[in-house]
Amino acid sequence: MEISITVNGRSEALDVPDNALLADVLRERLGLTGTHVGCDTSQCGACVVHMDGAAVKSCTVLAGQANGAEVTTIEGIGNPDNLHPMQAAFRENHALQCGFCTPGMIMSAIDLVQKSDGLDEQGVRDGLEGNLCRCTGYHNIVKAVLAAQDDMKSA
Amino acid sequence: MYQFNYHRPATLDEAASLMAGADDGTYLSGGMTLIPTLKQRLAAPSDVIDLGGIGALSGITDNGNTISVGAMTRHAEVAASNAIPALAALAGQIGDAHVRNRGTIGGSIANSDPAADYPAAVVALDSTIHTTKRSIHGGEFFKGLFETALDEGEIITSVEFTKPTSAAYAKFPNPASRYAVVGVFVARCGDATCVGVTGAGPCAFRWSELEAELASGFSASAVPNAALDHSEFNADIHASAEFRGNLVRVMAERAIASLI
Repeated sequence: MEISITVNGRSEALDVPDNALLADVLRERLGLTGTHVGCDTSQCGACVVHMDGAAVKSCTVLAGQANGAEVTTIEGIGNPDNLHPMQAAFRENHALQCGFCTPGMIMSAIDLVQKSDGLDEQGVRDGLEGNLCRCTGYHNIVKAVLAAQDDMKSA
Repeated sequence: MYQFNYHRPATLDEAASLMAGADDGTYLSGGMTLIPTLKQRLAAPSDVIDLGGIGALSGITDNGNTISVGAMTRHAEVAASNAIPALAALAGQIGDAHVRNRGTIGGSIANSDPAADYPAAVVALDSTIHTTKRSIHGGEFFKGLFETALDEGEIITSVEFTKPTSAAYAKFPNPASRYAVVGVFVARCGDATCVGVTGAGPCAFRWSELEAELASGFSASAVPNAALDHSEFNADIHASAEFRGNLVRVMAERAIASLI
């Protein structure tokens, strides 16, 4: 079937199988491999992207459901010379080790901060409940999100 | 996933005719249960009919004494609403943020998962399920494990809740999935109290014995006096039937205590 989606500001018209998943379209058709597929069972959150302004697990969205939508992936929020405040905070606070969960963590955290008013530590932990990290123990991730919140709100 | 034909109708009539023409069709709402089921090859529908393109099914309307929640309204939208605070609090405890951004009230109740949260509110509040064919009282909707009163092809269009005087939901979540091991929704409507239980039995039910006890005094101390038969309760690796029976009492006491 034919779908058209706007990914990171660029319109894409694609012919995909009826049972294609958004995560696979992003990775395999558009080469946007920053979106990771970890568990493939909608638990780990490594595949989180923004779809029409909301964080979603792209391994559990059919490509057809994303037809006409605006999608933002980790590739669309910054670049090495101009990191998004959330990316910069993750780097500064050593909020990643292996890095596999990081794209999903960052996309979830941005949506969380944008929709919240003054998150505290517990608010960040609750808000990132759907993102699993097997390296860090979460502590530095929480620190990074709290730091980025200040940067994003003052920006 | 097995192959299927994907459809995204723009109207309810179009959705119904696609279903009627399919060999073995299924409706898709938020997909938070159906898509994982398809991925595990536990279902093999010939046609998946996505209700996400029918704009009229989404949104919350305050009618004064009641609120109407469109069937495709996402959990996150209900969680951010304020007409029935206990219902918003319940919606805010479903799954994780990403599930709440996709999952819908209509999909949740049409599935009648024994561990889903919304069914506790549907049976405890005076509610009506509006469909493409009729209106069903919330107390008559859940029929068993993954079974509802819906006919083949029938689509939920909205859920109407009467505003309670006050209400509270207490839940013991599975720490991994956030599904309710047990959830109890207590609603006070004037002098009457209604108690809805999810997670414990094959589907959500009213705990009428506790309601009768609470009629002679609204207090958590009524809970130990109310009979509760846990012999048919769910038992799995997370909790035995007996443990679920105890959790129903503990969650009921917490919900009642929060309303005093």
